[in-house]
Amino acid sequence: MSDPTNAYQSLSETTAQDDPRWAFGTGFTDDVAAEISAPVPAGVDPADLAAYCLMLGDDALIYQHRLSEWVANAPELEEEVALANIALDLLGQARVLLSRAGHLTGVGIKGGSAGSTAAEDRLAYFRVESEFRNVALVEQPDDLDFGRCIAHLLLFSTWRLALLHRLVSSADPVIAAVAAKGVKEVAYHRDYAVRWTLRLGDGTAESHRRMQAGLDGAWAFLEELFRTSDEERRLVGAGVAVDPAETRAEVEEVLDQVLTRATLLRPTTRPMGTVGGRGGRQGLHTEKLGPVVDELQSLARRFEGATW
Amino acid sequence: MTATHHDVREPDLEAVFQATIDADQRIEPRDWMPDDYRRTLIRQIAQHAHSEIIGMQPEGNWITRAPSLRRKAILLAKVQDEAGHGMYLYAAAETLGVDREELTEKLISATQKYSSIFNYPTPSYADVGVIGWLVDGAAICNQVPLCRCSYGPYARAMVRICKEESFHQRQGYELLLAMVNGTPEQQAMVQESVDRWWWPSLMMFGPADGDSPNTQQSMAWNIKRHTNDELRQRFVDMSVPQAEALGVTLPDPDLRWNPERQAHDFGEPDWSEFTAVIAGSGPANTQRLAHRRRAHENGAWVREAAQAYAEKHS
Repeated sequence: MSDPTNAYQSLSETTAQDDPRWAFGTGFTDDVAAEISAPVPAGVDPADLAAYCLMLGDDALIYQHRLSEWVANAPELEEEVALANIALDLLGQARVLLSRAGHLTGVGIKGGSAGSTAAEDRLAYFRVESEFRNVALVEQPDDLDFGRCIAHLLLFSTWRLALLHRLVSSADPVIAAVAAKGVKEVAYHRDYAVRWTLRLGDGTAESHRRMQAGLDGAWAFLEELFRTSDEERRLVGAGVAVDPAETRAEVEEVLDQVLTRATLLRPTTRPMGTVGGRGGRQGLHTEKLGPVVDELQSLARRFEGATW
Repeated sequence: MTATHHDVREPDLEAVFQATIDADQRIEPRDWMPDDYRRTLIRQIAQHAHSEIIGMQPEGNWITRAPSLRRKAILLAKVQDEAGHGMYLYAAAETLGVDREELTEKLISATQKYSSIFNYPTPSYADVGVIGWLVDGAAICNQVPLCRCSYGPYARAMVRICKEESFHQRQGYELLLAMVNGTPEQQAMVQESVDRWWWPSLMMFGPADGDSPNTQQSMAWNIKRHTNDELRQRFVDMSVPQAEALGVTLPDPDLRWNPERQAHDFGEPDWSEFTAVIAGSGPANTQRLAHRRRAHENGAWVREAAQAYAEKHS
């Protein structure tokens, strides 16, 4: 019976489970879920592969946390939508990679309504700071300065796109799948960052100054992006990982082009050093990660054992 | 219709307008409309847009602390949708001859209002679920009839918004289901949150019909289709079985089924609280507006840069 005055009838068409919005950011597709448990490629140490998944996953997880801080704080509604969207894409990448890492190390097998779901949450919420493998760039706050936000995003997305491009052919099917999807996502993130770098760099004197300051600050964390960890070095040989040092030429070329067009100067900031050779990839972080981890984990740890 | 606006006198234009309304047809931006109709719509659409934007804050409060990555994704997507709703609604208002910047100024200077429900705080994660269930549920009751509002751009924006709102409502309810099936502590959180949100949710429909001066005219213009009390009744009737399914108690000792009316009888909200919150002394009014103002002011240099860049490169 169709009653045009019935306020609710017009909504019933969205109740189907195949509504694409049900899949939006809420779970994995069956394809990916199946791949989480794919066999480890020949000649690969599962511990190395798990560590590599954590590196790529933690970069995305910690960075989306920083981007989420912009919710209800962006300079314009279009930016609200865009920054949240970028955060959501990265959260999606993190979830698959953490699930893969969990599968490989036997984390979070028990409980959870959807098998792999428990692993991603065990790893996100119940590791301590020194167990996170992300690079320092993604943990840096921007203090809601849009110039710093765009500077971080420009560096991060340019680098991550270069990585993902190469990882599309990874011998690990989960990494390859994340890369194939992620290339499209991160290409948009980079494009967004480039467009804003141009606007801010070549906008007003004030925006030029702030964009340059943002880049000057972020540049200290660029060098770490090209540093190769032991796990990566071993996985490159097996065709699983990409050597981040290989992305340097491409990343620097893109950044140089963008900065020139945006009338900005390439910063001369000194790169941040390591602690006896250890950095984010080895679990040695800047002081900025602790508060992020505390906030991220606070509620889950208060209710350890609860399902949500 | 062959006449153009230039050779038709105002009384005739008004007759054409009224005939369009009477035939339950849509008024479009280029059509003639009475000034009061335009003003009423601008006020209503702007308030609605402002509510979406302010409404990002209470739930946004939990994004960085959401207790699972799946819940985080759902919440982030929801709050992002609210920004999107704000965009469609400001765009709908712009077809009436105002612009977003002007309306934003009115929001942050407190000369235009937003839904008072967002002047309540979210101290508990259960609030994310209860806002989805009750607040979005009440919003849907209010908004679905607006899909047939006489003003075309508003009606079309509402179709899309209502679909997303109903999606949010189900997600909120699904979170509550997970929590009531969880630990005793989680169950207690849900009940505590319902206790706080139930009455403010009923107030979302506005004052009782006898105290709602604008309703009559809005209904005559087919902007509004049902009275406040009709919508409130529908919301109560819809929520009672949902509460039973959750195993939570709605905090109203007078709530009971009335077989004669085939509807629930329920108690009277505390209208003095409603009036106080509208007047600005709700628990979070100051915080919400200060936050919006700060974000807007922090973004001024960015918007100026975008404009300067566009002018240089046009």
